[in-house]
Amino acid sequence: MSDLASTDYLGCLLKSCPIKSTESLSWLSQLRAQAIDRISTQKLPTRRDEEWRFTDISPIAHLPYQPSQPECNLHAHDIEHLSLKEAKNRLVFVDGHYSSNLSTIFDATALVIGNLPEFVATHASTLESHLGQHVQFDNNVFAALNTAFLRDGALIIVPKSIAIAEPIHLLFIATQKEVTSYPRCLVIGEAGSNVTLVEDYVALQQATYITNSVTEISLAANAQAKHIRIQRESAQAFHLANCAVSLAHASNYQSTSISLGSQISRYNLNVRLTDAAAECVVDGLTLISDRQLADTHTCIDHLKPNGTSRQHHKCIADDAAHAVFNGKIIVHPHAQQTNSSQSSRNLLLSKLAQVDTKPQLEIFADDVKCAHGATVGQLDQEEIFYLESRGLSAKAARNLLTYAFGAEIISRIPVTSLRQQLEQAVLNQTQSN
Amino acid sequence: MIDKNSRTILSVQDLRASINGTEILKGIDLTVKSGEIHAIMGLNGSGKSTFAKVLAGHSAYQITGGSVQFEGNNLLELPPEERARAGLFLAFQYPIEIPGVANTQFLRLAYNTVQTKRGKEELDPLEFDDFVREKMKLLEMNPDFLDRSVNEGFSGGEKKRNEILQMALLEPTLSILDETDSGLDIDALKTVANGVNQIANKNNATILVTHYQRLLDYIVPDFVHVMQAGRIVMTGGKELALELETRGYDWVNANKPVNGVIA
Repeated sequence: MSDLASTDYLGCLLKSCPIKSTESLSWLSQLRAQAIDRISTQKLPTRRDEEWRFTDISPIAHLPYQPSQPECNLHAHDIEHLSLKEAKNRLVFVDGHYSSNLSTIFDATALVIGNLPEFVATHASTLESHLGQHVQFDNNVFAALNTAFLRDGALIIVPKSIAIAEPIHLLFIATQKEVTSYPRCLVIGEAGSNVTLVEDYVALQQATYITNSVTEISLAANAQAKHIRIQRESAQAFHLANCAVSLAHASNYQSTSISLGSQISRYNLNVRLTDAAAECVVDGLTLISDRQLADTHTCIDHLKPNGTSRQHHKCIADDAAHAVFNGKIIVHPHAQQTNSSQSSRNLLLSKLAQVDTKPQLEIFADDVKCAHGATVGQLDQEEIFYLESRGLSAKAARNLLTYAFGAEIISRIPVTSLRQQLEQAVLNQTQSN
Repeated sequence: MIDKNSRTILSVQDLRASINGTEILKGIDLTVKSGEIHAIMGLNGSGKSTFAKVLAGHSAYQITGGSVQFEGNNLLELPPEERARAGLFLAFQYPIEIPGVANTQFLRLAYNTVQTKRGKEELDPLEFDDFVREKMKLLEMNPDFLDRSVNEGFSGGEKKRNEILQMALLEPTLSILDETDSGLDIDALKTVANGVNQIANKNNATILVTHYQRLLDYIVPDFVHVMQAGRIVMTGGKELALELETRGYDWVNANKPVNGVIA
């Protein structure tokens, strides 16, 4: 892709940015203004960029989709099939715009939950110190774009020592075609708090559109969060996502991200263990077919001693699909006694399917335990024969084994109804061919 | 038991099979009738496990000659799943682990698939649970094994019990047990043997593939066959196993009868 195309693309998007002078120069509009400035100095990444060498996103340069408009015609029954019965709190965003009609807020007194703009006045200092501070946009044009168009967003602040038992469902629904939506989430767990989030990207119809999302999660000392992220966009969609997590002393973050949809998707997850004894579990499953491309880039950054990270990522690629996993783990000089493990396991179901997996360990401390491994393989003929010898057809045997490969990750999701939805989705996909 | 009114379940004639161009089975003849228990013994590499896998339809082997009739039908033209549905069962020497699939889910899937093909009713999860727990008692298996992933983290003995449990569920006409005794301590061996003995009846048949005589103390065969270099070189009654145990396989070479049978 030429630089010209890239400049045109970004320039075209910027034209639709809100004009700065109409708003007071609050910190929020300054943040947007900074982001707009950064966009003008950046280009769309190409495969010449190391971070993008496996993923060609040039197709989107030809699709300068304008921001989606807030026009929601959905009713509760249209999205009933997407609801999670365990979730009492649900924030719904349609094409990136908050829908108060479709949302349900149950714990308004126990925690801060709702649409970001509602809290800009009341929680200014908290928001200012977190929003746009975890996902850096200086060298990330998609995060900069998201921030430039920042308006609605999910905000959750779990107060000190409060544990929210039921999962909170953040549902992002795509309905418009040929638009770009900019979902945004900010989650702050105060000291000793505990929360479970389901960040869920869905489409109600097969259409081409772009989702460019940014999620920031900050956990204070001893806070815990489980973060389940489901990307089940339309098969024609483009999904570009950045998530950054900041972990304070002895906090615990557990992430399970599932990528099923989109023709091209990219998920950047950066977890920073900023203080001692923080822990994270970062699991992922990519299940794709046809000509889908799904790229997961993670970076787990151990900055202080006694941190623990465990990562288990799996990809299943069928037909001519292409899965990418790049898992960087950095252990800084002071991060002694770090215990880190990473595994990348990949299953290719057809001759044309492709997986690029790149474990990347950068260790600068000398007293650490770091293990990693990567495998790429096909279904085992002996396993298939075993199932056939029990009466299963060759196809049923392959489907069951493929399902089992993915189920290992899905089975760790702590929300029963979501797990069942996903198990069914995986069954449907593995039985479709 | 040997019964003159029995019917022929398996008839193997001059069966030859190769893997990657190397001939492993070099002309096997074997007839198994209902009610009978056959033991096939032999050293490692004699072809006995290959014979078991070829009967079950393993695709890695090419059939280069001979015929196999299973209850009057040409077995060799059936894919492995059709053989299983027709009533042939292979208990694996090394049962496969399937992480992510609960044992009960797998057992019910196998059971219902085979039942449907036999024109019988499927069982729903609750009905199946009662049914499988009853069968597990036969093998003194802990019901916890239902909820664990198929064979994952099972000990050698637990895996073999799980194989025999599948055999009990699927009620095969012909069961082939490939080295089922390997890796079992004596208590597990007795339990597994007891299970096999309870499943065996006058309408079905069993082939035990084994290296050692030990298993045959608990499952008494009607016929013992000795395999060597891809052929059955000697056939006798249960006393042949004891003879082998005391004299070793070298004795077979010295006493190989011309017609392959000693009486």
